[in-house]
Amino acid sequence: MIKKIITSRDFILFAIIVFGVVVVGIANPFFVKPSSLSDVLTDTSILIILALSQMLVILIRAIDLSVASNLALSGMLISLLSTIYPELPVIFFILLSCSIGTFLGVLNGVSIAILKVPFIVTTLGTLSIYRGLIYFVSDGKQVYSSEFSEDFLALIHYKFLSLSFLFWIAVAVFILMYILLNHTRFGRNLYSLGGNPDAAKYIGINENKYIILAYSLSGFFAGLCGYLWVARYSVASTQIAIGFELTVISACVVGGISVMGGVGTVIGCTLGALLIGFIRNALPAVDISQFWQLAISGAIILIAIIINTKTEQRKEKTIMVE
Amino acid sequence: MLFISIMIIIYRRNKMKKILLVLSSFLLISFNTYADDMRIALVVKGLGIGFFEAAAEGGEEAAKEIGGIEVIYTGPATTTAEAQIEVINSLIAQKVDAIAISANDRDALVPIGKKAMQRGITVISWDSGIGEDGRVMNLDPSNTALIGSSNIKWMKNSMGDEGEFAILSATSQATNQNAWIEEMKKEFAKPEYSKMKWVDTVYGDDLFDKSYQEALGLFKKHPNLKGIIAPTSVGIVAAAKAVEDQGLVGKVFVTGLGLPSEMKAHVKSGAAIQFGIWNPIDLGYSAVYLSHQIASGAFKGQEGECIPTGRMGEICIGAGNSAAMADPFIFDASNIDKFAEIF
Repeated sequence: MIKKIITSRDFILFAIIVFGVVVVGIANPFFVKPSSLSDVLTDTSILIILALSQMLVILIRAIDLSVASNLALSGMLISLLSTIYPELPVIFFILLSCSIGTFLGVLNGVSIAILKVPFIVTTLGTLSIYRGLIYFVSDGKQVYSSEFSEDFLALIHYKFLSLSFLFWIAVAVFILMYILLNHTRFGRNLYSLGGNPDAAKYIGINENKYIILAYSLSGFFAGLCGYLWVARYSVASTQIAIGFELTVISACVVGGISVMGGVGTVIGCTLGALLIGFIRNALPAVDISQFWQLAISGAIILIAIIINTKTEQRKEKTIMVE
Repeated sequence: MLFISIMIIIYRRNKMKKILLVLSSFLLISFNTYADDMRIALVVKGLGIGFFEAAAEGGEEAAKEIGGIEVIYTGPATTTAEAQIEVINSLIAQKVDAIAISANDRDALVPIGKKAMQRGITVISWDSGIGEDGRVMNLDPSNTALIGSSNIKWMKNSMGDEGEFAILSATSQATNQNAWIEEMKKEFAKPEYSKMKWVDTVYGDDLFDKSYQEALGLFKKHPNLKGIIAPTSVGIVAAAKAVEDQGLVGKVFVTGLGLPSEMKAHVKSGAAIQFGIWNPIDLGYSAVYLSHQIASGAFKGQEGECIPTGRMGEICIGAGNSAAMADPFIFDASNIDKFAEIF
């Protein structure tokens, strides 16, 4: 039992993160102060949420490249609206952002499932379309901190047990995803479709329905992160989260989500995001030239994946995992 | 990428429609080529940056004043030289009359600038220059030495004459920021700054989230940090926001170059005491005005010339075919409200 835990991918990943924190802590003791570590968690929260929702899509052998653009468009739309109607309650903006995100996700899903446009083409296309629409709706201008209402920005600074609101949202999403993927028919069916699509279809799983659902959920959380992102940085510009989809996908891959579909755990995915978040925060904190940081972070990610995959042989493809 | 998906959709339809589309796009191009107006392209470091939006406004103003000018405000989505080269390539294909560029890289844009000039297009650089071979003239927003020394002075006024400070710049290749940082070093060597310590220089690439991240990194790496100089309108806002979010107001002070409208909240919060910038509207205005004066053949844009530039008076070109527009203007709690309304 213990041996099984220690050699599991998730545990190895966890050990790598702890090892990293200790090493950086020795180099710069300031980094491991509780306040500093809680900053890392806050900073990684959005990445965790997006990685978990991306996982749904990757499980069924697809990918959603449009998440960052979706996030940015939802965020920009509610920001513009909040400058016009600052008196509306903040929960309205959050729900609206989620709805916009879901709608954009449904468009992806419909294009892939019904129109049969390959997922890579669809989401590459919407990546540009959604990003382009931001320029269109915002006229290329940005919404900056003084233009938001106080309520809009206040929520994000709320703290519970000295951990940020953002972090608790990520915890809630983690629990939700854990239940969804491990204890519901929906989750099991996603694994089945990714593991063996043909068999899944034979036992009566409606593939199209699940494609659309997975992309809608990915969109929903991108929309949620749209609000979180804008409120956190209190700026909405055409540039927000540009290129962030690649960070999200690398978090999934590091977390052991197989791009071949059907394999991966919620815990692994979360740890993958935490590792990337840790690297992003730790490198500027130790005295390494900024010009090296990009290459180093890439190398650490690669090493983590190699250690991770070496310790566990890939299982035969299974229809039902665990 | 969008193009690919469109092409695939088209490919799935019949051939006739495809031919029609290609034909109509040719028509569109030829229509553009024969427009009467002089077309001046204002190429910026990246779209969606408040400073450049304001500069574009100034460009439009100059166009209206002179008459018969169409200003094409454009730039890449990401602040890289490669992306800018693509933009300029497409402008060359459209046969615009003049291109005025704020460069993401001083050297990387020289070949494309040369190519444009060989095609008979007037190329000037403004705000952030291109190497001498790649343009006719360069318009600096202000005297480079003065900007550099001012930044150090503002830092001293904000944090006091003792303690650690760091620089948060734009991209590591940015022509203007690098020149200012060099000048800051010269000013910093003076004895009155001997108790201040320059501990770091980091690059936020003019992206808000990256700059924010770098600012957080600075706080962690240098727990005794007292000041950040961000000579970029994106970096200064990100740094001020990071100071506020970390509860460091009163401990770390931010200064540099920023827009009053974007910095207003941060001056009120106390994260920034004093900062400066020149008027971006004036800068865009001058860039378009000068482009017109040179593209129309009235002036050559050579050293020693003084070119009338509408309401900005005459701008005189100095060594290296480079000119400076005006002195930086300082903002603090006393005047921020007034200027936040303007730009």
